[in-house]
Amino acid sequence: MAPLNDFIESFANWDSLVQVHWLLLQGLRVTILLAAASLPLAMLLGLGAALGYFAAGRWVRWGLLGLIDVFRAFPVIVLLILIYYGLPFLGVRLSNFAAVVLALVLNNAAYFGEIFRAGLLAVPPTQTQAARALGLGPWQAMRLVVLPQAVRRVVAPLATNAMELIKETSIAAMVALPELLRSARVGQEQTYNPTPLIAAAAIYAVLLWPLARLTARLERRMLQGAAG
Amino acid sequence: MKALLDAFGNTAVLRAHGPAVFGGLWVTVQVTLLTILAGVGLGTILALLRCLRLRVLDLLIMFWIDLFRSLPQLVVIIVVYFALPYAGVSLSPFAATVLSLGCVLSAFSAEIIWAAIGAVPAGQWDAGRALGLRGPRILRSVVLPQAVRLATPLLANRAIAVAKGTALGAAVALPELLSDAQSATALAANPSPLTLAGVLYLLLFLPLVVGSRWLERRSSFIG
Repeated sequence: MAPLNDFIESFANWDSLVQVHWLLLQGLRVTILLAAASLPLAMLLGLGAALGYFAAGRWVRWGLLGLIDVFRAFPVIVLLILIYYGLPFLGVRLSNFAAVVLALVLNNAAYFGEIFRAGLLAVPPTQTQAARALGLGPWQAMRLVVLPQAVRRVVAPLATNAMELIKETSIAAMVALPELLRSARVGQEQTYNPTPLIAAAAIYAVLLWPLARLTARLERRMLQGAAG
Repeated sequence: MKALLDAFGNTAVLRAHGPAVFGGLWVTVQVTLLTILAGVGLGTILALLRCLRLRVLDLLIMFWIDLFRSLPQLVVIIVVYFALPYAGVSLSPFAATVLSLGCVLSAFSAEIIWAAIGAVPAGQWDAGRALGLRGPRILRSVVLPQAVRLATPLLANRAIAVAKGTALGAAVALPELLSDAQSATALAANPSPLTLAGVLYLLLFLPLVVGSRWLERRSSFIG
């Protein structure tokens, strides 16, 4: 029994948990705020980029596609470090919260933009032609006819990416923003015990588990569609 | 413009600190390749094990998949590096990063490959049996080739997404590109090394991103 007791003493230490639970709850609050601020902004910006792609001429298209690829290729943590530690050299000093939101929004807007773009591309052009023939304007045709069909096709990747964004909020720990992960690290150092880290991981797992199942189911359905 | 160049493209700083940043590039490339190999390899094995339909093993694999799909990459790295030593397992930053990212990628690829195997129409199994083939042979020669084709675009996207996580190794003092660039930036009191690191990341990942778009278009998923 001794090894098991040691294990519990280290990784599920009740005293340590009691001591740091308020720290973890505060961290969770910041994590939720980060996600709530970044997710809608990233989605809207991504949708805007995709709509711009279809409305604009060739040069703007190439530019948008280039931007999307650059931000998809750039690791989000590198973007965050550049924003947080690089911009002050230009006299632009953002709070760490704002820097994290900006990095998450730029990175994920590129992902969402690419997803919306693929969805819009997949709607047959005859749909637009039919809508225009019924007397709808170009914007009305896009909003009422094409966009709803496009979104239906890309629900799976949209959900997957939303989940990725929520998980990515943890990079805020690297600019000392006390979200869930950072708070757990602080708790670990205060109590000389890894229980806060395990507790934080458990919180992430419990909260994101349903989303992981949902996205897996949506992806499976998409694959089945592709297999015909 | 001059201020911008002085801050982000300072040639004197780049000459002095560029070599240190390039040193990190090699570590980044190593971690990236090892993560993809280990992650996709283990993911494939897990997906194939699920084909055996052993109840207990299935549950364990499902738990593994759901757990590592739910946990943020950085959380896994931090737990592996800072918590495992309490259980007597001390890993180097390099090993901890590769192990963590490999576990995460294995979960995603197992899920994708298993879903792709399930998405191959049941008629393919029937056809294989009608030709007198046996179960494992049908899986290997009929179903898997189609499943791999289905899974490739999703797998490529996911592998790239996880591989970009190598930069998170900076959190456990892995001397890769980002962390070397950060130290150089601190030493030089100038962010040009960070710019250089950014450019190197782009050189590394931009071809992969463009390639994965091409793969996706070829398979025309969203239809």
